[in-house]
Amino acid sequence: MTNLKRRIFLKGSLATGAIGMAVSTGLLTPRMSFAAWSKAAFEATDVNSSLNALFGSSDLEGSDKIKIKAPDIAENGAVVPVSVTSDLSDVESISIIAEKNANPLAASFVLGPGTEGYVSTRIKMGKTASVIAVVKAGGKLYSTGKEVKVTIGGCGG
Amino acid sequence: MASIKMRANIDGDVTTIKALISHPMETGMSKDSKTGEKIPAHFIQEVVCEHKGNTVLTANWGPAISKNPYLSFRFTGAAAGDTVKLSWVDNKGEKDSAETTIK
Repeated sequence: MTNLKRRIFLKGSLATGAIGMAVSTGLLTPRMSFAAWSKAAFEATDVNSSLNALFGSSDLEGSDKIKIKAPDIAENGAVVPVSVTSDLSDVESISIIAEKNANPLAASFVLGPGTEGYVSTRIKMGKTASVIAVVKAGGKLYSTGKEVKVTIGGCGG
Repeated sequence: MASIKMRANIDGDVTTIKALISHPMETGMSKDSKTGEKIPAHFIQEVVCEHKGNTVLTANWGPAISKNPYLSFRFTGAAAGDTVKLSWVDNKGEKDSAETTIK
């Protein structure tokens, strides 16, 4: 798993070329707070490079304190309702990723101090894949996933 | 341009916001079925919700959010009668905002 991850990460860095190199050598500091829309994260074509662009790290820790509510089978990939609830304390952000979409990152929600660890929205999914919720809490990244079968893809139309 | 339908309901200490935004959310990958030409990407990138000048939630969205997006979330620290403001900006710089009173 670690090897595979590293491989994907390396592939991602090579793909982004000079920028990827600059980030990995520390010339550019990855955006840690993402108040502004991160083009790199949304245009990344794999999960790890997207996470790296968003958080500067793709180290995820599985957590049972995150719950994803999404259908087991989505008849229409263009509209897949997804809710993420997290019982973790100090939740800073919640990101929703559709693993096999051309650009996996669908949304990233930055929560204010009084905002509860809950967001609900509807996403498009190109094909059957895991929906991954990444929660940043107390400076660490936690995640959980749920498989959603898509019978009609939502990308392309 | 009233593109936002929003509700804010308070139950005890927790305010629940539910919002629907009218927007095509084009990915830039689909083609016009008549002309065969690509439809340019057109999607909301950022949605911000404010309560009394504090940002309660910032949503950064990619084109993978469904057409006519739905958004719901909860926060504490508000009271009935307070105003919440929701605004969005898309990748073409178009924007809209709406305000509602917490009930």
